[in-house]
Amino acid sequence: MAPMTDIKPGFRDPVLDSQATFRAVLDAMARPGRLRTLALLEDPPAPLAPATAAVCLALVDQDTPLWIAPDLRSQAAETFMKFHCGCPIVDDRAKAAFAIASAAKLPSLGGFAIGDDAYPETSTTVIVQTVGLAAGDGLTLSGPGIEDTHRLAVSGLRSGVWREWMENGVLFPCGIDLILVDGATLAALPRTTTVTEA
Amino acid sequence: MADVIDHPSRTAAAETRAATGYNFAYLDEQTKRMIRRAILKGVAVPGYQVPFGSREMPLPYGWGTGGIQVTAAVIGPDDTLKVIDQGADDTTNAVNIRSFFAKTAGVATTEKTVEASVIQTRHRIPETPLSEDQILVYQVPIPEPLRWLEPRETETRKMHALEEYGAMHVSLYEDIAKYGRITKSYNYPVKVNGRYVMSPSPIPKFDNPKMDRMPALQLFGAGREKRIYAVPPYTRVKSLDFEDHPFTIETWDQCCALCGAGDSYLDEVVTDDKGGKMYVCSDSDYCEQRREAGHVGDGGDPAYAARNQIPAGDAPAGDEPAGDEPAGDKQ
Repeated sequence: MAPMTDIKPGFRDPVLDSQATFRAVLDAMARPGRLRTLALLEDPPAPLAPATAAVCLALVDQDTPLWIAPDLRSQAAETFMKFHCGCPIVDDRAKAAFAIASAAKLPSLGGFAIGDDAYPETSTTVIVQTVGLAAGDGLTLSGPGIEDTHRLAVSGLRSGVWREWMENGVLFPCGIDLILVDGATLAALPRTTTVTEA
Repeated sequence: MADVIDHPSRTAAAETRAATGYNFAYLDEQTKRMIRRAILKGVAVPGYQVPFGSREMPLPYGWGTGGIQVTAAVIGPDDTLKVIDQGADDTTNAVNIRSFFAKTAGVATTEKTVEASVIQTRHRIPETPLSEDQILVYQVPIPEPLRWLEPRETETRKMHALEEYGAMHVSLYEDIAKYGRITKSYNYPVKVNGRYVMSPSPIPKFDNPKMDRMPALQLFGAGREKRIYAVPPYTRVKSLDFEDHPFTIETWDQCCALCGAGDSYLDEVVTDDKGGKMYVCSDSDYCEQRREAGHVGDGGDPAYAARNQIPAGDAPAGDEPAGDEPAGDKQ
């Protein structure tokens, strides 16, 4: 356990900043691919991005096991989560309600919890730290929440992710949901979003 | 392109907390997180009812506790809240819920549909089309559309999982066999994004078409039944029907007696004990806006319309009488 002074600070106002973060995530999830930037957390624990830490502060607690990918699971990150969120940190990503992974080393999507047909909400929400998100270019998104189509460019992803995403979509109503993060900016892809590579 | 979300305005919210002694928007933070997670999963699985740990609220189950909990989890200090009960802003349920959030969250409230960022509703969708910047929160008494056909939760859950909706179609067909038409006039079941059959809450079927590909996010909260569900923006919402018995909405022979609107949902208002009555917009804001814009109705006098030559195009042609407005319990 790291000394208390090493724990990075959480939200300045836990109540209102959680609300603002949730609304950003809700908006992102309701309108897949739309970018939202959260200027709420300046000093997240390395190697987590500000948006990753903010989403966890807003949504993760003792009821939601968290999985952190080995390449991101620093002492600072783990202490931060344990102290601020009070969440169990699990080694098996199939048991996680939330997961954090980097785009380059994103494990196979099939290994997360996908829920079951009777309770599809028990699937993992995976926060993916990318090296760049940009609207108006790249992938073509369609599905609920998108009027016609939406363009989103995601940088730094390992290859094969979108093929696995298609398989994830076939599982509906089961399947994982993604929150893509780039620094303080985030976008979300619920399981209903169809991704077409340009 | 990205809108930057900065620290929300704190002063009003902090003052409210200090004055009431309650957390912002009444609910504690852990409850809000739990509800927020349920809402996000609801958005990810459109039309699926996510179970949640519904709390005791300072009003009885059946008076909108589900809608209130969803609103409390969603609302922030920068929001403007509108609450309607059967379309009206000035009824007991609406007034109380509005003042509840004005007090516990310090949010601005409005009666104007266009000014609101969050609209909590009991049994209506506003006539004014909603925009992308708005969230519509429904109060839901019975979230399970299959409940009247199958009382066991274990079974209805299986039916949803297996997409087994034959019983629902049979029940609609039985209506046609008995009465020649589907008689369900409110809480008319819909299919969301081609997958889940969903209860639209007891809105009149008149409002069902508004749910289809609505630009606003629609959230549903059932407090007593402990369920949250959602319809994301621009999502297909289809009222169940048959090829030879297509879905139709209510129409009236009358226009609104106050504003002359021929395109809104009308309530029958009894005016005396001699059988006098008039039909007025159920959406009080819509009626108000029209009257402010100079539209005038016939005041309940059918001869008035003829005398003052209200354009015929304003009046819908229809054969179905009004008056089968949502009853059900007060939710």
